[in-house]
Amino acid sequence: MSNPSNLKYTASHEWVKSEADGTISIGITQHAQELLGDMVFVETPAVGRKLKAKEEVAVVESVKAAADVYAPVSGEVTAVNSELDSAPEAINADPYAAWMFRMKPDNAADVATLMDAAAYQAVVENEAH
Amino acid sequence: MPFIPHTEQDIQSMLASIGAKNIDALFDEIPAALRSGKLAAIGDGLNEMQVTRLMRERAAQDAQPLNFVGAGAYEHHIPAAVWEIATRGEFYTAYTPYQAEASQGTLQVLYEYQTMIASLTGMDASNASLYDGASGLAEAILMAVRAHKTSRRVLLPATVSPLYRSVAHSIVKLQNIELVDIPFDIATGTTDINALQQHAGSDIAALVIPQPNFFGALEDVDTLTAWAHAQKALAIALVNPLSLALLKAPGNWGVPHPNPLVEQLAIRLGRQTTATKSLVIPQAGEGANESLRESKISGADIAVGDGQPLGAPLSSGGPYFGFMCCKQALVRQMPGRIIGRTVDLDGKPGFTLTLQAREQHIRRAKATSNICSNQGLMVTAATIHMALLGIDGLRRAAAASHTNTQALTVQASGLHGVKRLFSAPHFHEVVLHLPESSAKVLNSMAGQGVSGGFDLRPHYPQLGNAILVCATETKTGEDLQRYVAALRHVLQS
Repeated sequence: MSNPSNLKYTASHEWVKSEADGTISIGITQHAQELLGDMVFVETPAVGRKLKAKEEVAVVESVKAAADVYAPVSGEVTAVNSELDSAPEAINADPYAAWMFRMKPDNAADVATLMDAAAYQAVVENEAH
Repeated sequence: MPFIPHTEQDIQSMLASIGAKNIDALFDEIPAALRSGKLAAIGDGLNEMQVTRLMRERAAQDAQPLNFVGAGAYEHHIPAAVWEIATRGEFYTAYTPYQAEASQGTLQVLYEYQTMIASLTGMDASNASLYDGASGLAEAILMAVRAHKTSRRVLLPATVSPLYRSVAHSIVKLQNIELVDIPFDIATGTTDINALQQHAGSDIAALVIPQPNFFGALEDVDTLTAWAHAQKALAIALVNPLSLALLKAPGNWGVPHPNPLVEQLAIRLGRQTTATKSLVIPQAGEGANESLRESKISGADIAVGDGQPLGAPLSSGGPYFGFMCCKQALVRQMPGRIIGRTVDLDGKPGFTLTLQAREQHIRRAKATSNICSNQGLMVTAATIHMALLGIDGLRRAAAASHTNTQALTVQASGLHGVKRLFSAPHFHEVVLHLPESSAKVLNSMAGQGVSGGFDLRPHYPQLGNAILVCATETKTGEDLQRYVAALRHVLQS
């Protein structure tokens, strides 16, 4: 599965999708879910929580590890995907559809500074070496 | 696992490669003052024969007094089969069963243990045990603070064991958690509801509710649990597991039964867990939803305690084990390990460690707790103990302990100047007030071969010459008479 070109990415393996209403959706990448393995639990943040860029915001737990998910930019949590409560495996099935939370960025321009698919692919390949 | 020894050459080459002078240098970061020195009372260079002889001589100095001390560690009858089975080779190496394929027996025992403890406490889930009751309480406080998210204040009644409180303080004090003392009612010996009420409306993470409390007295657990929940705080039950064979399970605290007679019957029949739950029937009409909602938020949120009364001998203070249970919603905040039942690729049932991704060996500094171990061997014994006694045997041991302590209280109170403090009903311990120095009386009784109780004076000076006394099912009528005779002798001399 290749990384969709309409998304932005972080070095900590989150993907970021700009929604029509000005919010952004955040999930973890194909590469991240592959490393973690079968997901068993997702701990999502409280709606309304104010976040700074790179702050720990959620936890994904697989059968073999638990990993933090970081805020890609500063902003406020506006929604969480409660469907993942009962079906965390959706992250394994289609990581780019399984968003975890949405946030309203403090500065919309911050999102544009994140990596594009090609830059993220280089990060992943570099990590493999 | 094969034994792989190191030769002197191996050791030297390893030290050389990391640049350490000798093995002691590896421990340089531990200050010299904290390292244990030599054992002062044991000479150097004793051979096996001399050590055996020394140990026999020392053992003979233990007069094996008739024991009436409880205060957190209780002398109960342990069927000989318990440790005969627990020390079989298959169980005796209770090392963490990481390899499920090679540890099905051990895993199943832990799974059965969790089921038994969860039934006894009336809680949804149990972990595979913690170190002991005191560190279990500290873990429950940390867990409550994690779950509560906004408050870091926990109310800790003075009726909780002073030793447990001390351990809890040591463990949480550097984590920016505030433990607030709640005084007790000097007449009843239970938590002072009025004093508690002064904290109403403040941001509280949890209230610790001991049952029975350190004085052996029964707290009004329903009121305390309901109070905690009204403050949006968690209710932490600190319980003696044996007492739960008779008393209301923590999972049912906070819901006074609409029909007290039905509840009493349920308790007498030992079905309080299922009976009370199924009998809470919502009334028709508007109250129904309210009542259902009420029953969902009721019950203690976390239950902990020391498992020692379930098959662990006193052995000079340990090893014992701590148990910890919680509501389903809190299970991911629970420290330690949990054994789960699952199916393998062929659909056959099997057991495995579960929820371990948050433990220390995987999540390092971000682990739920720095405790990722358990007391496998003690828990194995407890599981066998509970299986052999059954709920009926546990109930009889608990009832006999209550009756014996009751009888001892009546007899001892007949002595001039000896009176029972506190009016609240008790389980199997009571506080007696003596007309003379408690330390002196206990010392003199010890001289007559009777451990007469736990001296409360150093911990609760306001109670004066008070001692905590316990007579379990191991005591006969004659033993009680010996106690009273020894006490009479001291008071008359």
